[in-house]
Order: sequence, then C-alpha cells, then structure tokens
Amino acid sequence: MSTTAINDKRPSSLQGERLPKWFPWALGAGSVAVSVGLCLATGIDSRIQWGLIAAILFVLGTFVIAGRVEGRRQAKDRIATSLVWVAFLLAVVPLASLIWATVERGTKVLDGYFLSHSMGVVADTEPGGGIYAAIIGTLEQVGIATLIAVPIGVLTAIYLVEYGRGNLARAVTFFVDVMTGIPSIVAGLFILSLLLMFDLGFSGFAGALALTILMMPVVVRSTEEMLKLVPNELREASFALGVPKWRTILKVVLPTAIGGITTGIMLAVARIAGETAPVLLLVFGNPFINNNPFEGAQSSLPLYIYQQFKNSAGEGAAYDRAWAAALTLIAFVMILNLAARGIARWKAPKTGR
Amino acid sequence: MAKRIDVSGLNAYYGSFRAIEDISMTVEPRSVTAFIGPSGCGKSTFLRTLNRMHEVTPGGRVEGKVMLDDENLYGAGVDPVSVRREVGMVFQRPNPFPTMSVYDNVAAGLRLNGSYKKAALDDIVEKSLKGANLWNEVKDRLNKPGSGLSGGQQQRLCIARAIAVEPNVLLMDEPCSALDPISTLAIEDLIGELKERFTIVIVTHNMQQAARVSDRTAFFNLAAVGQPGKLIEIDDTERIFSNPSVQATEDYISGRFG
Ligand SMILES: Nc1ncnc2c1ncn2[C@@H]1O[C@H](COP(=O)(O)OP(=O)(O)O)[C@@H](O)[C@H]1O
Ligand SMILES: [Mg+2]
Repeated sequence: MSTTAINDKRPSSLQGERLPKWFPWALGAGSVAVSVGLCLATGIDSRIQWGLIAAILFVLGTFVIAGRVEGRRQAKDRIATSLVWVAFLLAVVPLASLIWATVERGTKVLDGYFLSHSMGVVADTEPGGGIYAAIIGTLEQVGIATLIAVPIGVLTAIYLVEYGRGNLARAVTFFVDVMTGIPSIVAGLFILSLLLMFDLGFSGFAGALALTILMMPVVVRSTEEMLKLVPNELREASFALGVPKWRTILKVVLPTAIGGITTGIMLAVARIAGETAPVLLLVFGNPFINNNPFEGAQSSLPLYIYQQFKNSAGEGAAYDRAWAAALTLIAFVMILNLAARGIARWKAPKTGR
Repeated sequence: MAKRIDVSGLNAYYGSFRAIEDISMTVEPRSVTAFIGPSGCGKSTFLRTLNRMHEVTPGGRVEGKVMLDDENLYGAGVDPVSVRREVGMVFQRPNPFPTMSVYDNVAAGLRLNGSYKKAALDDIVEKSLKGANLWNEVKDRLNKPGSGLSGGQQQRLCIARAIAVEPNVLLMDEPCSALDPISTLAIEDLIGELKERFTIVIVTHNMQQAARVSDRTAFFNLAAVGQPGKLIEIDDTERIFSNPSVQATEDYISGRFG
C-alpha cells in the first residue's frame, strides 16, 4: 500500500498551521496605512480611491499570506470572507456618511420652535420659520394614502393567495406587476390629468391618491408573500374543524401572517413618505398651515426640503432648514421601521417553550 | 354520537388522475378501523373523501356515495363545512395554530364557529384535554403557546382540538408517524379510550399498530404507479393478520411485498 505517498502532503495531525485571530485586523490596518502612504506620496487625494486601494491591498494580502501559511483551501476561504467584508464596508460607508452629514447639518436649527412653526411670511434668506405645515401635510397625505392602499392591497393579496385561480388572478397579478413599475412622476401626472379633467385644484388628497398608486402594489406583493408563507396545514386544520373559509382566513391565516404583513405595510409607508415628484405636481407646496387635505395647496416634508434647498444657494438659513427637515424625515421613516420591527416581533407566531 | 359510515362506488380524482377507484366499505360505529397499504395507494385520499377535505385540494373531485348513518355526504345541497363538524380529522404532522395558546387551540373549533360563555368553554377545554390524556401535562400552562409543547403533546393537543367540537367520526392520517415510541403508545392508548365515544378511522404504516388498536383492517393496494388505488379487502383485524382471504394482503403483511 502506498498510503505514505498519498499522505505525503498532509500534516501529521488534523491541526494545520493557523494564522492568529488578530491577523485580519492587523492586515486591514496595514493596508489602510500603506494605501494612505502610497496616495500621499503619489498625490492622489480622493478618499474613495484611498479606500479602494486599501480594499484591494487587503484582499490580495489575505490571499498571499494565507496561501503561504495555511494552504490553498484556507486561503480561498479567507479571500471569500474578506470579499464579504469589503462589500459590506463599501455598502455601509456611504450610508453611515449620509446619516452623519444629515445629523451634523440638520441639528443646527432643529428644535421645538422649528417643529411647531411654519414658514409663513419668513423669507428664504431669513432665519426662523419651521416645518409644522410640512409635517401636517406629510402625515395627512401619507395617512390618507395608507388608509386607501392598505385595505385594497391586503384584500387583493388575500384574493390572489386564497381564492385566485385562472385568468382573473393572472390578470390581477399582471396589473400589480405593471403598477410596481410605474415611476412616481407618472403616477403624479395621471392624477394631475384627472384634476384638469374635472377642473379641480391642488390638494393634499390629490397627492395622497398618487401615493396610493405607488403604495398599493408594494402592499399587495409583500402581503402575498407573507400569506404564502402560512403553511397549508393550518388552513386544513381549521377546515377540518368545520370552520368556513372566510373565518379561517380571518382568524387563522391573517393572525399567523400579521407580523410580516405589518412590516410590509410600514416599509411601503416609509417608501412613499419620501416621494417628492407627485407631491410637487399635485400638492404644490404652501408656506402656511393648511390642515384640510381636501382643499388647497399643502406642504410636505420632501417638498419642503426641495424648495428650501433650491432657494438656498448652498448655504444660509434655507440650507440649514432643508437639512433639518431631511433629518426629521429620516427620523420619521426610522421610527416607522422600528415600529414595524416591534410589531413583527410582538405578533410573530410564538414558539418559545 | 358515533355514526356508521357506508361508502359505495367511490372514485376520487386529482384533475384527470384517478387516485382511488370504486371503493365500497362499511365502518361500524364505536370501532376502530385501520387502513394499511403501500405508499401512494390512496389511503390519505380516501380518508379525506370521508369529510369532504379532498375537494379542498385544487382539482380534487369525488364520485360516489358516502353515507353517514342515513345522510349522503355528497348529496345535493350538503354543506361541506357542516360535514366537517361531524367528521373530525387529525393530521400526520401535529399542526397546532401557532398564534394561539394551548387553551385557545382546544377552544378554536368552538370559538371560530360561534360564541361561547367563558365558563362553558372552560369546561369543554378541560374535558377535551382530559379526553386526550393531556390535561395533567398542560393544566399549568394553558396560556402558553401550543407550539411550545413536545411533538407528542402537540399531536394530543390536536386530538383534543378535534374532539372538542364533538364530532361523530374521527379520522386520523398516520397520527403517530412523526412521533417517538412513548408518545405513540400514549396515542394508541388514547385511541382505545376514544372508540367508546367515536367512530375512528386510522391510516397507519405500522402493522403492529394496526394489529394493536383496530377492530377492523382494510388493505389498499395499487396495480402500478400511475394506476388508481383499490380496496383489496376489509375484515376483522385478527383475520387479516392471521388468515387473510387475498394472497396480496398476506404478502404485504408478511413483508413479501414488492
Ligand atoms: N395534491 C395532489 N395532487 C395530485 N396528485 C396527488 C395529490 N395528493 C396525492 N396525489 C396522488 O394520489 C395518489 C394517492 O396518494 P395518497 O392518497 O397520498 O396515498 P397514501 O396516503 O396511501 O400514501 C398518489 O399517486 C399521489 O401521487
Ligand atoms: Mg398518506
């Protein structure tokens, strides 16, 4: 037998040569240092290029060193790990810097006064004013859109998953797909054409209708996925108890899926809360408080940000106000997301022993 | 309470595929009837025709007659929902409702079908859990989620849920195949007790189990894959296991099958 020949290349025990735990960190720090040195020496001053060079050095260094010390298989494993880390950092860095920039610039004028007052007659170049009207507008428009889109969307999804067979279901699915792809400005134009046709003016409600068009397919899709995740066995268990189908859906299927459905709805709300284009077309913007969404122009947070920034020339009071409003909008969306997670966790089927 | 089932000339289809062909048999009240046979011969399909669950499957269709005492389950104007209240079912895999507590699981059939007074419901839940031999194990955790129980406990919870609505017939599709031997024994004992009150039909892949729990045994077989399953014979369990009248039955039971 030539077992010795086969075993030739293997180490005598299962324990191979291993790089120490701190190796990736040290190599990462080293790559950054080398990259910074290299760039300063050659006069490259773009931070993005610094980062990219450091990332390439890190991946290459991992491969070469691990290949030497640990062998090819370990080196491949490490290179996959380091690629994942690099991709993760590339994704996180812009996000973190975006939040950083918004917080840094937004907190300058963000205070109780800013949240509870509106622009009124404050000129764009003057300090003062606030986003009260914009907050009211966003809450009302998004609220109305949610009130319309959620029942229709959830019922459509229930139809598709629980009842839909044949051509009607296929047609509905197709139209939901098409609706998912409608650009927000087109939804705005569509409602605008209706306004012109019936000779109506700007209103928060018109904006809400456009937001509804954008929100509905998202709600249908996410609800559909969540309903499909409910095991068929639960439906059958309920049928076998002599429970009619509609009650089964109401009392067994929906409660089982409610956590996921709520999360989907919250994400859809978060998405439309930042829509600017249709609001610009249909709500128009208004420096004064208008609590009535059904008549007259309103404001909204994304619209406010756009208008303030446009009139700011990159500095001054309006510029600060735009960032403060942006921070408010991010906080609003963040709170919704946290609420969605909370509800999902609270409502998720309980498996604890 | 318990009722007689009388099946005649029953065919069941999935779309155009005929899964079972021309089945006729009688199931006596207050007895346990076991269905045995190789996989795919249509035992589950046949069982599900007995409470009109077959038609829940897309494309599912049934021809023939199933008499529950003197009512045809497939007669004109019969509401499948009320059929299922008369004929309960326990599935292969325990499937308690994950959003509900132990108590709510047992009460589900009643609550979902109408409103009950709290006190009356408490009584029924306790009675059903005792009937399923589960009361002592769960009486301190009635408000804990039902899915937190062990597999065997979950299956007994499902049995309690099924008997809480007081059906006339209880169908069980391989109720022990996902369970350990101890839980299996617990459920077999339970079946022995339940047959005092219900007509029980049980599908099983376990010959010893069929021999232990059933009064009558039906053997199903299919000629080949893609062919419909058929009832080969039904007889007293003792006879089936000692001296069946069909050779195929003996082959299957003694393991000389296939
Ligand atoms: N949902 C279904 N759709 C189509 N065919 C099915 C379905 N369920 C079962 N069948 C077919 O019906 C036949 C009988 O299946 P089943 O009743 O599950 O057998 P058993 O329970 O005896 O193992 C098999 O050929 C199976 O492939
Ligand atoms: Mg089966």
